[in-house]
Amino acid sequence: MKISVNVDGVTYADEVEARLLLVHYLRERLGKTGTVVGCDTGNCGACTVHLDGHSIKSCQMFAVQANGHEVTTIEGLARDGKLHPVQEAFRNNHALQCGFCTPGMIMQAIDLLADESDPDDETVRKGLEGNLCRCTGYQNIVRAVQDAAQRMKPGAGPKIEQHSDEHVTAQQPVGGE
Amino acid sequence: MIPAEFKYLCPSSVDEAVRMLIQEGEDAKIIAGGQSLVPVLRMRLAAPTALIDIGGLTELTGVRDDGDSLLIGAMTTHYEVQRDHLIQDHAMLLKLVTDTVADPQVRHRGTFGGSLCHADPAGDLLAPALALDAVMIIAGPSGRREVPASEFFVDYFETALAPDEILIDVRVPKYTGWGAHYEKLNRVAQAWSIVAVAAAVQVRGGTIAAARVGLTNVGAGPVRATDVEAALVGQPATAESISSAALRASSGDSYKDNLARVLTDRALMAAVAG
Repeated sequence: MKISVNVDGVTYADEVEARLLLVHYLRERLGKTGTVVGCDTGNCGACTVHLDGHSIKSCQMFAVQANGHEVTTIEGLARDGKLHPVQEAFRNNHALQCGFCTPGMIMQAIDLLADESDPDDETVRKGLEGNLCRCTGYQNIVRAVQDAAQRMKPGAGPKIEQHSDEHVTAQQPVGGE
Repeated sequence: MIPAEFKYLCPSSVDEAVRMLIQEGEDAKIIAGGQSLVPVLRMRLAAPTALIDIGGLTELTGVRDDGDSLLIGAMTTHYEVQRDHLIQDHAMLLKLVTDTVADPQVRHRGTFGGSLCHADPAGDLLAPALALDAVMIIAGPSGRREVPASEFFVDYFETALAPDEILIDVRVPKYTGWGAHYEKLNRVAQAWSIVAVAAAVQVRGGTIAAARVGLTNVGAGPVRATDVEAALVGQPATAESISSAALRASSGDSYKDNLARVLTDRALMAAVAG
C-alpha cells in the first residue's frame, strides 16, 4: 500500500506492506534507528514516538495507520545542533545507564510535560508508567524530567529568545475601544 | 514483518465498513486503536485475512449529550474519555476507571469501544459499562440495533457482536452527582487487574439512595454485584453498613473471592467519600 508520512519534518512517500509495524518502517526504511525495539510485546515503551503530537508505542501500530499523519522521533528533537531541553536534562542528570530506554523515556517525558508543566515525583512516575528502564535508573530519570520542567518554564530560556511584555504591548494597535 | 499477511482496508463510512465485513467474510476483523489487536497479531495468536481500519471514521469519536444519557463514540480514545467534561460531570466512574487503563501511550491510541469489543475479562472498562447499564449501539447489515451491556458480554473474549457488525456508540445513562471510585489491585505498573471493583453511589442526606457495583476479572466476563447493590439501598452511608454489604460481593473462599469483598469495601468507602 502507498503511504505518505511526515517524519521529523520531512514527508516520505513509500510503498509498504500492510503488516509492517511503524517502528520497523522508521528503522529499516527510513534509517531512523534512534527509535529502538525493546520488548516486542508493547510493555517497555522504548519505541515511543509522537503521532500528531501525542506519544504512542510504534510497535503497537502499523505504518499504514500513520498514512497522512505526522510522526516525531527522538531524531527530530534537536534544533540546529542544539539538544532539546529534555535531552539536555537527561544528560546533565545522568538519567541513563545503558541508554536503551532513553529515546522512549525522553519522548514520553515531553508528552508528559505538555500536560503537566510542573509535575511532582508521583506525577512523573505515573506519566512514565509505560516505559521500563531495565537498569532501574528511575531516580535520576525522575530528576531529569523535573529539571527539564524548570528549563522549559516561561522565561527560563536564553535572554536572546525572551520577549518582554513591554515589547508585546508596544505592538498592540492603538486607539478604538 | 512479525504478523501474518492480511488485506488492509480503509472504509470511509460505517455502512462501507459493514459492507466490507460482509464481503471479506468472518475471518475479517475491525481494527480500532489496535492496542490489544496489534499485540495479538504480532504474537500470531490470530491471523485475520483482512483488517478493516475504522481509524479514519471521525464520526465515531467524541462524547455527546443526549438528554438523560451520554453517547460515547466507539472510537473515542481513552485519553479523550479522561479529559471529557461531559464524562466528568455525568459519568465520573468512567473517567476514574480509564485513568488506570494500561499506560499513557496506550491511552492515546486505545479506544473505549475497542476495549469493550475485545472483551478481555481483565479489561477495566467492562465492569463499569455493566454496572452503569450502558447500552451498545451496533451497526450491521440490517441497520442499527441496541444491546444492553448485560447481554453484550457473552463469555471470555466474546460479545454479542455478529461477525458482520460494528459497535458504533455506547449509551451511558447520566449519573450526575454520584460518588465514584475504581479500586484496582495489580502487582506491577501497567499490569492487568488481578481483581478490581468499580463502584458508583448516590447518597442523599446521609442515606444511600442507589448503588452500582461491577467486578473486573472474577469470571469469564464482568460481574455485577447485585446483592451488594440491593443491600446498600436505604442504608446509612457509614463504614458499618458498607462493610456488611461488601461481604455479599462473593460467597466463595478463594483468593479472588476474598479480594472481591475487600476491594468492594474499599471502593464503596471511597465512592461515598467522593
